[in-house]
Amino acid sequence: MSNVRVLVGTRKGAFILTSDGKRKNWDVSGPHFGGWEIYHMKGSTADPNRLYASQSTGWHGQVLQRSNDGGKSWEPVSNKFAYDGVPGTHQWYDGTPHPWEFKRVWHLEPSATDPDMVYAGVEDAALFQSTDGGQNWNELSGLRGHGSGPSWQPGAGGMCLHTIVVDPSDPQRIFIAISAAGVFRSTDAGKTWKPINQGLRSQYIPNPEAEVGHCVHRIAMHHSRPDVLFMQKHWDVMRTDNSGDSWQEISGNLPTDFGFVIDVHAHEPETIYVVPIKSDSEHYPPDGQLRVYRSRTGGNDWEPLTNGLPQSNCFVNVLRDAMAIDLLDSCGVYFGTTGGQVYASADAGDTWNAIVRDLPPVLSVEVQTLT
Amino acid sequence: MIRVVLPAHLRTLARVTDEVTLEVDAPPTLRSALDALEAAYPMLRGTIRDQVTQQRRPFVRFFACEEDLSHDSPDTPLPAAVAAGTEPLLVVGAIAGG
Repeated sequence: MSNVRVLVGTRKGAFILTSDGKRKNWDVSGPHFGGWEIYHMKGSTADPNRLYASQSTGWHGQVLQRSNDGGKSWEPVSNKFAYDGVPGTHQWYDGTPHPWEFKRVWHLEPSATDPDMVYAGVEDAALFQSTDGGQNWNELSGLRGHGSGPSWQPGAGGMCLHTIVVDPSDPQRIFIAISAAGVFRSTDAGKTWKPINQGLRSQYIPNPEAEVGHCVHRIAMHHSRPDVLFMQKHWDVMRTDNSGDSWQEISGNLPTDFGFVIDVHAHEPETIYVVPIKSDSEHYPPDGQLRVYRSRTGGNDWEPLTNGLPQSNCFVNVLRDAMAIDLLDSCGVYFGTTGGQVYASADAGDTWNAIVRDLPPVLSVEVQTLT
Repeated sequence: MIRVVLPAHLRTLARVTDEVTLEVDAPPTLRSALDALEAAYPMLRGTIRDQVTQQRRPFVRFFACEEDLSHDSPDTPLPAAVAAGTEPLLVVGAIAGG
């Protein structure tokens, strides 16, 4: 029988939650790296016992940890993220030029085929790659250097490269997203990049349809349909059917189209999930009701999923890297909240249970399906 | 031999439970002490000073002999008592709460 391992990053450490395929009874281990912010933790599909974790604090900056035994033990690897060449400037909040400064790793994306190959998305926004299990990091500087970099501006959470999606059918093709610059695509393994934001409309920038400047919160892909991407933008839920050449809004009947997470069912490429959040100044669910919305039609028609979720007095947020999907036949869906709950559904969202309720604020959730 | 006291997070990261001792050529400076510390405990690289700029991280301070050395040149010799090993160099994380 398959098992699942849920990797949870929080403001004050990492937690590893494990269960069998029934996903009813859970073992909780942690905190690992207690007191440190764990922005993200992710396992390699090529070697599920190889995990990477991004560990940081305001005092001591960035540390990168690696495990070779599924999180039982860890070893620090290199935390040297040096921008390639003269870093140059991007725009600051007031529109003045600001030097590129490394702050932290937001997202780690291990290769599907090589456990020693891993991408890191960082703040200030850039993409790094390691081919030796994290011992050395090299910037794929064509992203910052493609032309629009000096015009990028930070969102309220910082200027972060937070999403990395590698096409499973063609690892040379990579999609990344930056707040607040937008989505970019490479077809040559990260050497050169193109902004792909046509169809996005953002009222908070001078030209709402600008080529860059959009605060994209998250993008997701189903492995069987690499030309289809789904996006939760600052406001608006979007999709593309042509690898990002153009985007269409699919917010439909959502109660609000602001939010952070978006993900795709493991076996149904047109079934997608979001967690609507009231607004960008009110980072909590509408009406105090925590509802996951599911569309089985690739967007526009959405149904609220509430069974097992708090439907009164709930004012938590669900951050952009805090939803994950397992690969079991009955697809599991997981998400974590800023209130410290991690909710799991073993039936594609029909019913939910809290695995844990009182962790520090959850920053990220990933799940591994182990056979 | 000099003695260095690390803040709790860095003791955990370095897997030490007490102060550490380091061999440093005389006269020891903040720079040579941190160089020796990072050589002995590579996992501390970047956690006290930036790996690229070598600048002290903003929320880290260096104290010794009841003095704040944080704003001294990193090439200033450390106090004699630190060089002699009778007093430790303290690496301190700024207080924070909330």
